[in-house]
Order: sequence, then structure tokens, then C-alpha cells
Amino acid sequence: MLYILQTTFELGVQYALIPLALFLSFRVLDIADLTTDGSFVLGMAVSVTLAAAGHPIAALFAAMLCGALAGFVTALLQTRFGVPSILAGIVTNTGLYTVNLMAMGWSSNATILRQATIYTMFRSLGIGGRWSNLLLTAVIVALVAAAIIWFLGTRLGLSLRATGDNRDMVSASSINPAYTVTVGLCIANALTALSGALVGQSQRSADINAGTGIVVIGLACLIIGETLCRRGSMARGVLSAIVGSIAYRFIYAVVLKTRIVPIECLKLVTAIIVALAIAMPTIREKLAFNRRVRKAGKEG
Amino acid sequence: MLTIQNISKTFNPGTVNEKCALRGLSLHLDRGDFVTVVGSNGAGKSTLFNAIAGNFFVDEGRIRLDGQDVTFLPDHKRSRSIGRLFQDPLRGTAPHMSIEENLSLAYLRSSSGKSPFSHISKEDKALFRERLELLGLGLENRMQQPVGLLSGGQRQALTLLMATIVTPKLLLLDEHTAALDPATAEMILRLTTQIVAEHTITCLMITHNMSQALSLGNRTLMMADGHIVLDIAGEERRKLSVENLAERFKLQAKELLDNDRILLS
Ligand SMILES: Nc1ncnc2c1ncn2[C@@H]1O[C@H](COP(=O)(O)OP(=O)(O)OP(=O)(O)O)[C@@H](O)[C@H]1O
Ligand SMILES: [Mg+2]
Repeated sequence: MLYILQTTFELGVQYALIPLALFLSFRVLDIADLTTDGSFVLGMAVSVTLAAAGHPIAALFAAMLCGALAGFVTALLQTRFGVPSILAGIVTNTGLYTVNLMAMGWSSNATILRQATIYTMFRSLGIGGRWSNLLLTAVIVALVAAAIIWFLGTRLGLSLRATGDNRDMVSASSINPAYTVTVGLCIANALTALSGALVGQSQRSADINAGTGIVVIGLACLIIGETLCRRGSMARGVLSAIVGSIAYRFIYAVVLKTRIVPIECLKLVTAIIVALAIAMPTIREKLAFNRRVRKAGKEG
Repeated sequence: MLTIQNISKTFNPGTVNEKCALRGLSLHLDRGDFVTVVGSNGAGKSTLFNAIAGNFFVDEGRIRLDGQDVTFLPDHKRSRSIGRLFQDPLRGTAPHMSIEENLSLAYLRSSSGKSPFSHISKEDKALFRERLELLGLGLENRMQQPVGLLSGGQRQALTLLMATIVTPKLLLLDEHTAALDPATAEMILRLTTQIVAEHTITCLMITHNMSQALSLGNRTLMMADGHIVLDIAGEERRKLSVENLAERFKLQAKELLDNDRILLS
């Protein structure tokens, strides 16, 4: 039982940077960034390949850089070349498939055999005992989360937030919205790639299909988190991304254990939850309106 | 201050929706001019403002602002020297960000030397508070509240403050009191003239109110069909009555109609 709990937390924290990235792109910038699936695998592939070559720490930074580049391409397509934002993400994502294969030496998977990972290195320091993996990931994620909260309070961070709130106002404040979108998507995809890098080194392998549907799962995490923590300040948003990720893994573990839902159906269930959660405000409005119409009809 | 030479703009050229909204328009404003602009719906007043602010590039002609040729400068670069208010109070502010954050965004226009990674400083906050107090709406006590909670008039007052917190070389007011109730409109107008006079900002103001067009500022333009058809100042303007202006307005509209008839027949 403790073991399950431990794995749940470890996975929850490792994947937490994805809902955090989506908080930046989907909530702050108001852009549905479909580069996410590909950036995740990109981070994973780069991280595992470099760790296998003996550079586990540099691997994390390289993964983030590559993720940022992927975000840059998506941003370039939508800000400079007029590609609709969703399509820009899909196009980059498709291209990334080949890039990811290449990053793994033209193979559909890569593994770390006996080489060190950040996790084995940290364990050898003797801190945290059996919780050392969780501890290391938690420290990294906490640092990233703190950096994001700090960033959103800076002048640049403010203009990023305005981009999603009232884009005309950004150019009226002498800032190019194309620039803020680019910065935002670079950061978001760097975070997604870092998540992939952590997961990859933790399971000592990367797989070309590891990212399929991860954007929807990430959104589910974000929405679950926002339901638990309620929406509000930027700090609260960052917190809900992390809480949501852990909660999602928890639900996943319960489903796996009790088999309430066959595990093969989990993606479908996730998709339905996300669709419902995003559609909820509209559904509620429609219902209220129908009720009014019916009431008016009765009254005559 | 502002010199516009022969600018033209055609929307959707070569399609059935082709619309020539500015036809070789020229205009010169001196520093400190406060010019009111009237004209019927679709005359091209907002389009002229869009051209000056850089929402699109003109097809022909030149625009110079304070000696600098801005014809091919993108809108966000022009916004350093141009402040703007729209009829819709929602357009100028970010609803989910606080009053303070909105003001700091507007204040970015000044901070060319400051690092993008710096936070809002204490001095900035003190400045925002001081300026908010001048509005006399009590907004200085609500600086942490999201702007979405403010009424239209309060939002327009805030937008006015944002547009002028870094003194612009040119202020463009596009029917900025038209969506407000008479009392609030009066208040916004008073604030506008007060701020404009205090910093001697060159100002262009679109209005559909003929008496406002004559009582405010030192010069009045009338636009029709992408042209300036009337440009009066000084003695001539002082002598013009509201009825006279309204008469000329109607005449202009009738002439346009007649022209259309000739074209159509
Ligand atoms: N982006 C655009 N695309 C196509 N046509 C446009 C565009 N902007 C303006 N127009 C057209 O240009 C003409 C002038 O419009 P404009 O908004 O400048 O009028 P206006 O003088 O501001 O009128 P109002 O008093 O109603 O605000 C109109 O016929 C309008 O349909
Ligand atoms: Mg207009």
C-alpha cells in the first residue's frame, strides 16, 4: 500500500510540470498548445540519450532547451506566418515525431543501461532513503514552480498575462504580442520537456509513443487541481497544476487497484472528463436558459 | 506635431467588399492642438485613427509624428507616443488583472531602460496611487481588485489614466464617452480636458455631439467619405453656431447621397 502511495506521488510530481505548462499556455496565454505531446517525448528522448552517454544533469538542461525550441517553432508559425494556433501546434507535433526518432538514434525507444541518472546520483548522497526519488523530483518541481510564480510578477510576466486577457492592450503598452506569445510557448514547452526528461530518467527508458494524449491528461490534471484549489491568483494556479497532477495519479491508482473502470478505458474516461469540465460553463448556461423558457411557457 | 500627407486605404481590394475608407487625406496638427472630429457613420473617422495608430499600414501617403516618419512603424512601437481610448470601455483594460497590474502594463511604455524581469517598484505603486487619487473615484483604495469588477465609467476613467500615465505625444479619443450615462460622460470629459491641458497633449477627439465639437478644443474637422470636408479654427469657428454646423453636416450627407444616386443611375 505504501509502495503504491509512493509511486503515485512520484508520478504525480514528475508529470506535474505538464499541467503547469498548460496553465501557462491554456490559461495565461489562452492558447491551446498541441505541441505538448511531442515536446514531452522530445524531452524524454534527449534526456535518456544524453544520460546514456553519461551526462544526466546536462541532459535536463538540454531537454528544456529542445522543448523551448519546439515551442519557438509553434510560436513562429502562428505569430509570423499566420498559421492558426491549434494547427501550428499539430504541425510542429507531427514534425517532432521524426525529430524524436532521430534523438533516439533512429529507434522507437532508448534505454539507460548501467549509466548514472540524476536519481541514482542523488540516492548515492544518502539523503531521503527510500523517498529520495520523490524528494529530488519534488525539489526540482518546487524550484520551477517558484520561478514561474516569480516570473509572472515581472514586467514581462505581466505582459504575458495581458496577452491572454486583452491582446490589444499589449500592443497599446508598446509590447509586441508576437513576442509575448513566443516567450510563453517557449517556457511552456521547456517545462513539458523537463517533465519528459524526469520521467525518462526515472524509468530509464524513452518511447516514441510515451506522449500520446498527454495534453488531454495534462488538462484533466489542471482542471482537477482548479476544482480542488479554486481559481484565483497566479500562485494558486501554479499550485493547482501540481495538486491536480498528484490527484490525477491518485485516481489512476485507485482505478488500477479496484478496476471500477477497465484500465483500457482510462483514456476515454479522461477525455470525457476534460470535455465535460471545459463544456461545463456553457452547459450550465443552456440549462438555466431552458429552465427560464419552460417557466415562462407555464406562466403563459 | 502630426503631419499626414495624402494617405489612402482600401479594404478588401479587388473583391465585392472593396471599400475605399480613406481617399488621399492630408492633415497637419500643431503641438498642443485639441481637434474635434465629426462626420456621419462610416465617414472614415475611426479608420483615420487606426491609420495613425498603426493598426494597418496605409496604401499610400506618409505619416510623420513629431518629426519621425512612422508610416511603416508597427502599432506597438507607435504606442510609445500615442495614447488611445475607444467607445467601448472594455477595450482598453485587461479584466482579470488588478488595477495596479493594468497601470503597470501601461507604464511599461516609459520603462525602456528597465529590465523586463524587474517587478513593480514601490515608487511605481506610489505614483499609481497618486494618479488614481486625482480621478476622485476612490480607485486608489481598490488597487488589488480585478478591473473586471469596475463599472464602465470607472473603467473608462482608468483607461484614460493608463493612456496618459506616460504623457503621449498624441492622444486619440474615439467617441470615448458615447457608451456612458450623461453624468459619467461629463465626468470623463472633464478629466480628459483637465489631463490634456495639464500636460499640453496634442489631441484628436471624435464625437457625434455637435455642441461638444465646437465648445471643446481649438479646431474642428468634418469628415465624409474618407475626406476632410471642413476644417475650421479661430474666428471662423467661434462664429459658427451649433445649428450651422449641424446644417453643414446634413448638407454633406445629402451631397453624398446625391453622388451615390448619380453613380447608380
Ligand atoms: N477592417 C475593415 N475592413 C473592411 N472595411 C472596413 C474596416 N474598417 C472600416 N471599414 C469600412 O470603412 C468605412 C469607414 O469606417 P469607420 O469605422 O472609419 O467609420 P467611422 O467614421 O468611424 O463611423 P462611426 O461614426 O460609425 O464610428 C466603413 O464603410 C467601414 O465599413
Ligand atoms: Mg468609428
